[in-house]
Amino acid sequence: MTMHTKAAPQTLPRFSSTFSPHVLAEIRRAAATGIYDIRGGGTKRALPHFDDLLFLGASISRYPLEGYREKCGTDVTLGSRFAKKPITLKTPVTIAGMSFGALSGPAKEALGRGASAIGTSTTTGDGGMTAEEREHSSLLVYQYLPSRYGMNPDDLRKADAIEVVIGQGAKPGGGGMLLGQKISDRVAAMRTLPKGIDQRSACRHPDWTGPDDLEIKIEELREITDWEKPIYVKVGASRPYYDTSLAVKAGADVVVLDGMQGGTAATQDVFIENVGLPILGSIRPAVQALQDLGFHRKVQLIVSGGVRTGADVAKALALGADAVAIGTAALVALGDNDPSLESEYQALGTTAGAYDDWHEGKDPAGITTQDPVLTARLDPVKAGRRLANYLSVLTLEAQTIARACGKSHLHNLEPEDLVALTVEAAAMARVPLAGTNWIPGL
Amino acid sequence: MVSDNVFDLERIKLRDLNSALHGASEADAAKRWVVKNPNGAHAVAAGIRVPMTVQIDGHVGYYCAGMNQQATVIVNGNAGVGVAENMMSGMVHVHGDASQAAGATGRGGKLIIDGNAAARCGISMKGIDILVKGSIGHMSAFMGQAGDLIVLGNAGEYLGDSLYEARLFVQGSVASLGADCIEKPMQDEHKSALHEKLKQLGVAGEVDVSSFKRYGSARRLYNFHVDNAGAY
Repeated sequence: MTMHTKAAPQTLPRFSSTFSPHVLAEIRRAAATGIYDIRGGGTKRALPHFDDLLFLGASISRYPLEGYREKCGTDVTLGSRFAKKPITLKTPVTIAGMSFGALSGPAKEALGRGASAIGTSTTTGDGGMTAEEREHSSLLVYQYLPSRYGMNPDDLRKADAIEVVIGQGAKPGGGGMLLGQKISDRVAAMRTLPKGIDQRSACRHPDWTGPDDLEIKIEELREITDWEKPIYVKVGASRPYYDTSLAVKAGADVVVLDGMQGGTAATQDVFIENVGLPILGSIRPAVQALQDLGFHRKVQLIVSGGVRTGADVAKALALGADAVAIGTAALVALGDNDPSLESEYQALGTTAGAYDDWHEGKDPAGITTQDPVLTARLDPVKAGRRLANYLSVLTLEAQTIARACGKSHLHNLEPEDLVALTVEAAAMARVPLAGTNWIPGL
Repeated sequence: MVSDNVFDLERIKLRDLNSALHGASEADAAKRWVVKNPNGAHAVAAGIRVPMTVQIDGHVGYYCAGMNQQATVIVNGNAGVGVAENMMSGMVHVHGDASQAAGATGRGGKLIIDGNAAARCGISMKGIDILVKGSIGHMSAFMGQAGDLIVLGNAGEYLGDSLYEARLFVQGSVASLGADCIEKPMQDEHKSALHEKLKQLGVAGEVDVSSFKRYGSARRLYNFHVDNAGAY
């Protein structure tokens, strides 16, 4: 007689939440190489974001405007506090600072073409101003960075505004990192450094230390440019109330606040994922600082860090910002991480949508590279057109929402137009939890 | 005919002075511009773009002659933080002492300090030549990229920390060297180069080039390697 034994049911292999496959792979990679992971882009972890807010469209108690028929203004003037020549953008969506070096020449040109077509500005980055960038950007903001790579007073005077960069959302307190692979002859010459070495930009300005010094530094920049240019001060979101207050005290015309979802050319993954504040939790403290000082809408506030849609734009403005800046989304509009390049992304060990090894200089899209063969792939005219289209969509979407809330200008949106879907978002954005009058913490 | 343009900062605003300096044409180079009673004002003579000579009689605050291009700026007194910061060309001569970050990020031209300079002299220098007849403070030439820092006196701690390709010549003692900064042999070619620099700076013959030591980057930290992480 044959005994038939039935195999006992087995448990499915179960991965630890703490030691997930990604975490395990990272431990193995670290053990093998002895160096932290360096990558580009912004944080990838889930964070409270604009998606956790909803607009309250008009019904009886509010009166909507007719979509596409009634005017909803989008313009914004920046630098009206001190500058003799403030700048006016036709849309409150501007292009965040990204360096030539981190990005290819055609990519910078495309950013200029796209932004100029829509009437908004672009921004230089760590590495200085290129002639192509100035030529193709009708409004160009010149970043004054701790590294002072490529810093030139003639370029200060050529700029339409000056942005004193103190911090970046992806790495508040950290400096830049442009690895040797991307240091071409031109990039090396612009930065006065040997070709091929790792360029670790300073995390703090060399010739000033605290906010009192910043005030004097801003005065110097104004003197050198004859008080013509708006002076922005950019900070990574970490202590937005105090940093905004001090920037105003130092004489900023505009405060730029970059949340931790904001991208970077390359830095440590552990930094990107663990330092800073999400933009959702940063705007209200910054606005509060401006209001407490009596400078809201007088010193303009630009916010950035993960802005993707017109709804994000409208929500940022409703929370009190004057404009937003986009970086990662602009690169995607140009063609970054495009699925049409999937086979090439796979050859690099990744997939379209997840490629972030920008520091390696192998970007198949020709955007985050200095390889002449790869950079030649990006058509700056076509890519610029894509960016212009995207900027138009952001603006139209924001207008659509604003009209539905009964607003004749995007800047008339207000926190009262918003509710939150989660307790966390309600607390951070200081708007009521949906269906209640409860704002946690207030 | 050389004539004076005298600006008394007790009677006119800094903005008026700088505006006049910025509006000066190259034809104004023949004039001698004199600034009286600076009284520690900041950004005095910052942003000049033409080859003119500006003499400042008194002490100046932060960023005197900042981003200078082509001009000669003479300070008959002491200078505050960041004198001649990011200078592109020309010359700045401080007859007294200088505070921190003298010549910071300077890209060209010459900065001469007759007295001492405080901490971080030549920080992130990118091509400027700096001559300090006295001594310099700690962390001088931090991240120095290019140019020469020549010190007749002593240097404080951590000289040349994280140095790139700037060249450092010190006649006196050095309290300590920073990460990746090493003493390098002072060979004939270096003595010759130093002599040439001293000549350009107007002090050739005053000092013996053989009495200097040369410092530069060991270049061990130019590309990150975990085995060097402890060097920082």
